[in-house]
Amino acid sequence: MLSGIMYTARDQAHKRLIEAVKKGKRLPFDLRGQVIYYCGPTGTPKGKVIGSCGPTTSSRMDAFTPILLKKGLRGMIGKGRRSKETIAAIKKYKSVYFLAPAGCGALLAKLVKESCLVAYRDLGPEQILKLEVKDFPLVVGIDSRGNNIYKEEY
Amino acid sequence: MRTIKADNITKAVADLTLKANCSLRSDLLGLIKSAYKKETNKKAQAALGAIIKNARIARQEKLAICQDTGLPLVFVEAGQNVKVLGDFRKAVMKGIALGYKAANFRKSIVYDPILRGKPVYEGAIIHTDIVKGERLKITVMPKGFGCENKSQLKMFLPTASIEEIKDFVIQAVKKAGPDACPPYIVGVGIGGAADYASLLAKKALLRSLYIPTLKLEKDLLKAINALSIGPMGLGGRTTCLAVNVETYPTHIAGLPVAVNISCHALRSASITL
Repeated sequence: MLSGIMYTARDQAHKRLIEAVKKGKRLPFDLRGQVIYYCGPTGTPKGKVIGSCGPTTSSRMDAFTPILLKKGLRGMIGKGRRSKETIAAIKKYKSVYFLAPAGCGALLAKLVKESCLVAYRDLGPEQILKLEVKDFPLVVGIDSRGNNIYKEEY
Repeated sequence: MRTIKADNITKAVADLTLKANCSLRSDLLGLIKSAYKKETNKKAQAALGAIIKNARIARQEKLAICQDTGLPLVFVEAGQNVKVLGDFRKAVMKGIALGYKAANFRKSIVYDPILRGKPVYEGAIIHTDIVKGERLKITVMPKGFGCENKSQLKMFLPTASIEEIKDFVIQAVKKAGPDACPPYIVGVGIGGAADYASLLAKKALLRSLYIPTLKLEKDLLKAINALSIGPMGLGGRTTCLAVNVETYPTHIAGLPVAVNISCHALRSASITL
């Protein structure tokens, strides 16, 4: 169970973050010590904090992840396998990769206490949100020593 | 000749988007519940328990079962004696947009596949079959892309054995591994041409999931479950909930086989007007 702050980012947000890193620009939030959740939620229904918000396939972010880890990112939450390079980077930077219950976006929505826009509003569902969650049910997929819950990498 | 107003089609489609996205199919939920009872791996059972709980919350609170409310696929069986008053295609598209907007479902479609751009609601795919009669059956299937990305097509030699076909299907699931939200429902299309085999594989997912009708379906289900990928990829006996195979005549020179994998949140809803 994980409680606290996390930032949503998926494909296009990653692409932009990496572009910013390469150009030496300031990132929209301080990556150091933070957790990224690979998630693009549905719109927020009236009276709710957030819509359905389960994890998306992590491997699509593999090309970007080592660079973000180098910049101080501490953890990631998603679903499925990671690449060899990502696993090596997780080990090198003593980070951690969690698995969230995939396809359970409605259940997870109930555990999000606050949500606010951080950056890239124009990306729609791929914008970066800051979420405060309580008791997110997670499983450690890859730990800081590089131990992998799955037998193979992607 | 029976007439149906375009507005009625729009309303029906809008309702279907809500039903499909928020209420898990009863045949599927039945299979998940029975898998939950039979599952011996604790982690796998917990993952199945979360799926059941998620389905309940989604239905009660009208939340999308999955945030990936998919690319909406619309299957239409149009009776040849039905006359639509108005623009049929526009009516369907409008219904999708209306339903998705009203429920605040995710915009998961980019208008230009190469330039990408800001996601929108417009871009549903409509498959139409002309059938006998004067009814109009509409099915909406919001297909998530985590699993759609694992689709496969292979043009086999006409002399290929059934074992080679089985192996292709099993390998497709093995390749998807834990990434596409197992336990899976596997649709297989055999025959036709490259395009039609793919369509058959997709249509196979619309069929009732309860009972395998072909020996091939039983064999595949058993073999795929022996992969022990399990719910969330954490092992266990529940890798696949059902395998549905559809076949069609094909050319003497070929044997197309398509595999369409669905995540455990296989969503569809139908109405007959």
